[in-house]
Amino acid sequence: MSKARIATVWLDGCSGCHMSLLDMDEKLVEIADQIDLVYSPLVDAREFPEGVDVTLVEGAVSSVDDVEKVRLIRQRTRILVAFGDCAVTSNVPAMRNEFKLEDVLHRGYEENASHAPKIPTVGVPRLLATVRPVHEYVAVDVFLPGCPPPADAIGYLFSELLQGRVPDLAGRSRFGA
Amino acid sequence: MRELVVVEPISRIEGHGKITITLDEAGRVADARLHVTQYRGFEKFCEGRPYYEMPSLVERICGICPVSHSLASAKACDRILGVQAPEVALKLRRLLNCGEFIQSHALSFFHLSAPDLLLGMDSDPAKRNILGLLEAHPAIARDGIRLRQMGQQIIEWFAGKRIHPAWVVPGGVNEPLRQDHQQMMLTMVPEALEIIQRTLNLFKQSIEKYREEIRTFANFPTHFLGLVNEDGTLDHVQGKLRMIDARGNIVVDQMDPADYQDLIGEAVEEHSYLKSPYYKPLGYPDGIYRVGPAARLNVCSGCGTPLADQEWAEFRSLDRGPVLSSFFNHYARLIEVLYCIETLDQLLCDPDILSTRTRAFAQPNYREGVGVVEAPRGTLFHHYRVDDYGLITWANMIVATGNNNLAMNRGVLQVARRYIDGNKLTDGAINRIQAVIRAFDPCLSCSTHLLGDGGAPWIRLLGPNGEVLDEV
Repeated sequence: MSKARIATVWLDGCSGCHMSLLDMDEKLVEIADQIDLVYSPLVDAREFPEGVDVTLVEGAVSSVDDVEKVRLIRQRTRILVAFGDCAVTSNVPAMRNEFKLEDVLHRGYEENASHAPKIPTVGVPRLLATVRPVHEYVAVDVFLPGCPPPADAIGYLFSELLQGRVPDLAGRSRFGA
Repeated sequence: MRELVVVEPISRIEGHGKITITLDEAGRVADARLHVTQYRGFEKFCEGRPYYEMPSLVERICGICPVSHSLASAKACDRILGVQAPEVALKLRRLLNCGEFIQSHALSFFHLSAPDLLLGMDSDPAKRNILGLLEAHPAIARDGIRLRQMGQQIIEWFAGKRIHPAWVVPGGVNEPLRQDHQQMMLTMVPEALEIIQRTLNLFKQSIEKYREEIRTFANFPTHFLGLVNEDGTLDHVQGKLRMIDARGNIVVDQMDPADYQDLIGEAVEEHSYLKSPYYKPLGYPDGIYRVGPAARLNVCSGCGTPLADQEWAEFRSLDRGPVLSSFFNHYARLIEVLYCIETLDQLLCDPDILSTRTRAFAQPNYREGVGVVEAPRGTLFHHYRVDDYGLITWANMIVATGNNNLAMNRGVLQVARRYIDGNKLTDGAINRIQAVIRAFDPCLSCSTHLLGDGGAPWIRLLGPNGEVLDEV
């Protein structure tokens, strides 16, 4: 049997969902020989590859780079999972939506700086005025809420997907928890 | 200044970054820059939230070291309340922190850097990761997975949840330690000690292989900063600030962290969302300093636990003064895990540790509070102001990784000069440029603001007029 081609991506979030994935501990070792991790913060792949079976997207969409990335991922992925609350609802990152972007940037780079205060603009992606969940930009196939989703729910997600089923995650995870 | 080499994203780090390398007309490396490519805005959007939400809210800065953020935040809130958390609460906070250091350092060493160290900097990039390590060195990879699991399990036993627990609160912690959890943790100690000692031996045996990396991985004089106890020994949670210069002379000692703004300024570079803190008396950029595992072991006068003290002495003998190569952060990380396991063992046996008085209650009594801890990656500052109702009106945070920004940039330059030759980027060069960053274990998601990319570097070589010469 050929291995499932899995990718994991991290947009505007805290990496907690990826850490919860690692919290599968020895179960991760068990599935290691059934999957090929073709793109992830944990591996050295250089470009998001074609023909990915499943991509877990952690984090909300908050910069022009995120938009580009999530669209490319959608094109090249069969099953796209909104992985955790930030991807599903935009969660904590969207707290900045209550404020004007210029005020948010002003606090960080002008008010709270003692040398050469200015807003960074060179070689860094432009931030969007509001942070939005993944499904507002691309179609999402599976939603896995949680902050972060529990390792058991992630384990169930993988075992169902690896057996060719789209998982029903009802009752296995909830928002905020 | 002619050509640009861009490495993006940097892989196997906890965050979003990319690197630009500028070549001069002769094709030599002239400059190197680390761009951190995300900003999240916690310092602004926490405005209006009640102070008691902050420990949980700021945990969402980072899924790897949420405990550090909750501890720094709760300490800032202790000051706003004007209370001293009960003795046992301080011990419990310290214990929780041990769990976090164990899991976070295990992640950095085994999951992110061991593929370089054990498979080789020039090994097949498709296999150079934790799954490749599991194939090639299953016992070592399993040790790493197990050690990280133990750290996470410790956090869960104290705080009820492995990631983003809501246990550390202003005034203390919200529940006492359960006796069954205490016993289960004590049972775990011998296995944890075996793993870390095995790993330390393995690392020390492999040092010889990395002489060139040791020579070039951010190996230059800087100041170092960290928290120490009253007697100068290592302290991750309760200590005061100590800074040493590149020769090891103490330039600041026992400084109240609340005065951090006298010590540290923050500079902005237009090319990165990560600010560059600097030691104020020397100005920017001369005030370059480093934090983190090796910095802490350089700054302190010992660890204060027997096994870690032996290793500490050996570590300090690597250099005449402070250990300057950031490559040795890997080594220091393992020593700190040992220190945390010993501290865990000691504190769990404290006769008072099951005491149920774990929290001091008060209304907000002060308008301002600063909380500082050592996060796994270095000194972490949280600073809040509140109004009469305890609602946040202003916040400033200097995250561990930010402190190292100047040094990481200079480290990338040093490695690029050594390993880049001509207009072609070899995989070995690309990987070493990223590996020097990995040695700092930057948590770019933490960097209050930034966040990690998906993992795949694209590398571009641009000609004088911006034309693409080479692409990987």
